[in-house]
Amino acid sequence: MTSIGLAQIAIVLIAVVVAAIPLGGYIARVLAGERTLLSPAFSPVERAFYKFSGVDPAREQSWLTYTMAMLAFSVIGFISLYALQRLQAYLPLNPQGFGGVPADLAFNTSISFVTNTNWQNYGGETTMSHLTQMLGLTVHNFVSAATGLAMAFALVRGFSRAESPTVGNFWVDLTRATLYVLLPMSVVVALVLIALGVPQTLQGSIEATTLEGAKQAIAIGPMASQEAIKELGTNGGGFFNANSAHPFESPNAFSNMLEIWALLVVPLALAFAFGRAVLDHRQGRAIAITMMIVLVAGALVAYWAEANGNPLLTAIGVDPSPGNMEGKEVRFGVATSALFATATTGTSCGAVNSMHDSFMPLGGLVPLFNMLMGSIAPGGVGAGLYGFLVLAIIAVFVAGLMVGRTPEYLGKKIEAREMKLAMLAVLIYPLTVLGFTAISVMLETGLASLNNAGPHGLSEILYAFASTTDNNGSAFAGLTGNTLWYNTTLGVAMLLGRFAYVIPVLAIAGSFAAKKKTAASVGTFPTHGPLFIGLLIGVIIILYLLQYFPALALGPIVEHFALFAGKTF
Amino acid sequence: MLSQIRPAIVMIGLFTALTGLVYPLAITGVAQLAMPTQANGSLIEGDGTVIGSTLIGQNFVSDRYFHGRPSATTAPDPADPSKTTDAPYNASNSMGSNLGPTSKKLVDRVNAAIEAEFAAGRIDVVAADAVTTSASGLDPHISPQFALAQASAVAKARNLSEMQVRALVEANTEGRVLGVIGEPRVNVLLLNMALDRLK
Repeated sequence: MTSIGLAQIAIVLIAVVVAAIPLGGYIARVLAGERTLLSPAFSPVERAFYKFSGVDPAREQSWLTYTMAMLAFSVIGFISLYALQRLQAYLPLNPQGFGGVPADLAFNTSISFVTNTNWQNYGGETTMSHLTQMLGLTVHNFVSAATGLAMAFALVRGFSRAESPTVGNFWVDLTRATLYVLLPMSVVVALVLIALGVPQTLQGSIEATTLEGAKQAIAIGPMASQEAIKELGTNGGGFFNANSAHPFESPNAFSNMLEIWALLVVPLALAFAFGRAVLDHRQGRAIAITMMIVLVAGALVAYWAEANGNPLLTAIGVDPSPGNMEGKEVRFGVATSALFATATTGTSCGAVNSMHDSFMPLGGLVPLFNMLMGSIAPGGVGAGLYGFLVLAIIAVFVAGLMVGRTPEYLGKKIEAREMKLAMLAVLIYPLTVLGFTAISVMLETGLASLNNAGPHGLSEILYAFASTTDNNGSAFAGLTGNTLWYNTTLGVAMLLGRFAYVIPVLAIAGSFAAKKKTAASVGTFPTHGPLFIGLLIGVIIILYLLQYFPALALGPIVEHFALFAGKTF
Repeated sequence: MLSQIRPAIVMIGLFTALTGLVYPLAITGVAQLAMPTQANGSLIEGDGTVIGSTLIGQNFVSDRYFHGRPSATTAPDPADPSKTTDAPYNASNSMGSNLGPTSKKLVDRVNAAIEAEFAAGRIDVVAADAVTTSASGLDPHISPQFALAQASAVAKARNLSEMQVRALVEANTEGRVLGVIGEPRVNVLLLNMALDRLK
C-alpha cells in the first residue's frame, strides 16, 4: 500500500460524499412530487407519459397494488427484452450481422436486466446487435434502476407517513425517477466520458492495419450513452465482455474515477434523501456513515491484499512492488482496481475494471462478502436503501430485546408481522446462494464450467450465485456461465433475489404506513448516534458471518492459507 | 394486476423510445459534431489507412518493436468453430485470463514467459506487467520499467544507441496528474510509432 494509492481512493470517496448530500435532497424532492429545477423541461414529458398510459398521478396505491404494478412492468419488460434478443437478426442496426440470441441465454439476459443484475453470460461485442444494446439493454438500465428507487421510496413513505392506506404510485415514482434523476445525470456523465475518450458511434467495427501489418478488427459502438447509465443505475452490464476494463469503456484514470463516482453517488445520496423524507437529517446521516464505514473497510482490505503481489510469482522472480497485476490494467493500477471492486459489489453495480477471478484470495473475498451481505454499502439504486432499512429494523429489534422494550424505529412500533417479513427477506439469500452452490458442485455439468481447480473453483460457483441472487452481476468470470444449467439456475437466482426479497419489503412498507407514529420519549432508543451505528455494524457482521463463514472457509480462506504454503492447483 | 397491464405496456414503449432511441441518438449526434475524434475511437491514420486506436493495444512480435503485455484474448478456431484458439489483442473479443492466484496454469505460464523474455535478452528485471495478462487483453500501456527493460534489445535490433532508445521511452512516459491521479505508463503503439520516426 502506498500513500499515493490511498490518496487516489480518498479523492474518489470525498467527491462521492460531497455530491451525495445535495443530490439526496434533490432526489427526495423529486419523489415527493415537488417542483424542481428541471420541471420546466420535463414536466410536459411527464404529463404525456401519464396521459398515454392512462395513469392518474394523483391517485395513490396500496402496497399490494404498488407491488402488482411493479410486477406487471417487470413481466412486460422481460417479454419485450426476450423478444428483441431472439429477433435481432431480422431487425435493423445490426452491422455485424449477429444471429438471434439462443433461448436459454436470452432468458438469462432478460431476467438479468429486468432485475437490475446485469449478469453477463453473453459477450457484448460477439452477441448483441446495436439495436439490442440500445433498445433493450440501455432501456432496462434506466427502468430497472428507477424501479429500485421507486420501491425504496415506497418503504421510506412507510416511515414518513402515519395511518396511511397508500405508499405512493408506482408509475409516478418510476417516471419521475427516470426523467428527473437518471436521465439528466446520464446525459452529463455520457458527454464527459466521450470527452475523456469513450466512443459513441453507430459503426460496428473498424478494420485497422497494425504497425506490423497485421489486421485488427476493433469492435466499437454507441457505448458512452450506455456506460453512463450502467454506472449511475448500478447496473453493470458492459458493452464489452471485459466491461470497464476495456480501454474504450474506460480509457484513463479520470474516466475510471468518474465511473467509480457515478456508481456510488446515487445509492449514497438515497441515504440522505431518506433523512430528508423522514424530516430528520440525523437518521439519514447515521445510515450513510454506516454504509461508508463498511465500504472503506472493504476497500482497504482489498487494496492491502492486492498491493503485495502474488507470493507464488514473487518466488519465481516477478517484481512484487506494483502488486498483483494479473487481470489488471496498467492505467488503473492496484489501488483504484481494489476500490472499483469494492464499490461495484458494495453497490449492486457489478461493472468491473479488473478481473475479480484473478484477485488474491482475500482480495476476492471482499467483493464476495460484499455481495453476500446483499450489497448494502451503499447498495444498489434503491435496493441498497431498502436492504439497509431491513437491517436497521432487525438491529432495532435486537436492541429492543436486550433492554426488554417494544422496539421502535422512527416512531413506528416493530411487531411480529414486520419482523417475520424482514427475516423472510433476509433468509431468501442464503437459501438461494448456498442451495444452488451445493447442487452445482455435485453435478458434472456444474463442475465442467470451472476455469480454476481447488478451493478457487468453489469460490467461482459461490461468487456466481452470490452475484446473481444479490442482483450484482460481477463475476469470477472464469466460470463458463453460458450453459443450460447456469443460464437457468442463475436466472432463477436473480428472480428470487429481486422479487422474493422485495415483496416482503413492500409488505413491510404497507404495514408501517398504516401504523400510528408514536412520539419519541426518553425511553426511545436513539437511531442516529454512534451507539446505533455500532449496533448496526454488529448486526451486519453477526448475521452474515454466521450464514456464510463455513462456505467462505472452504473457498477463499483455505485458498489463502494454501497460497502461503506455496500450493498450486 | 390486469388493470396494471396497460400502463406497463405503454410505459415500456415510451421509455424505450426515450431512453433507448432519443437518448443514445442525441448523445451520438452531439458527440459526432463536437468531439468526433473521441467519438470514433481515437483512431490513428497514416497514408489513408487506419493503423489502430491510441486506446487499444496491438500484438507486437517483432524484435524491432517494444512488446505489450501478454494478452489472454481468443478467437474462434478456423478449423473447428466450436473451439477457440489464442489470438492476442483480439479487439473483437476482450477478456482476461481469469486464472486465480493459486492456479498452476498461471504459475507455469508466468514461468514460461520469464524464461522466454530472458532468452531473448529483452529483460533484466521482471516487471509485473511484463508477464501478467491484463483484464481486457487489450491494455495499450506498459509500465516504464518494462519499457526500459526492453530498450537495449530494441536498440540492438535497429542499430540504434541504447541511450537514444531509453530517451525515447522517457519522452513517451506519462506520469501521474498532480502527482496523484493515474499510474506511470507508456503507450506501446505511440512509442513504436515514435521509434519508426527515429532515423
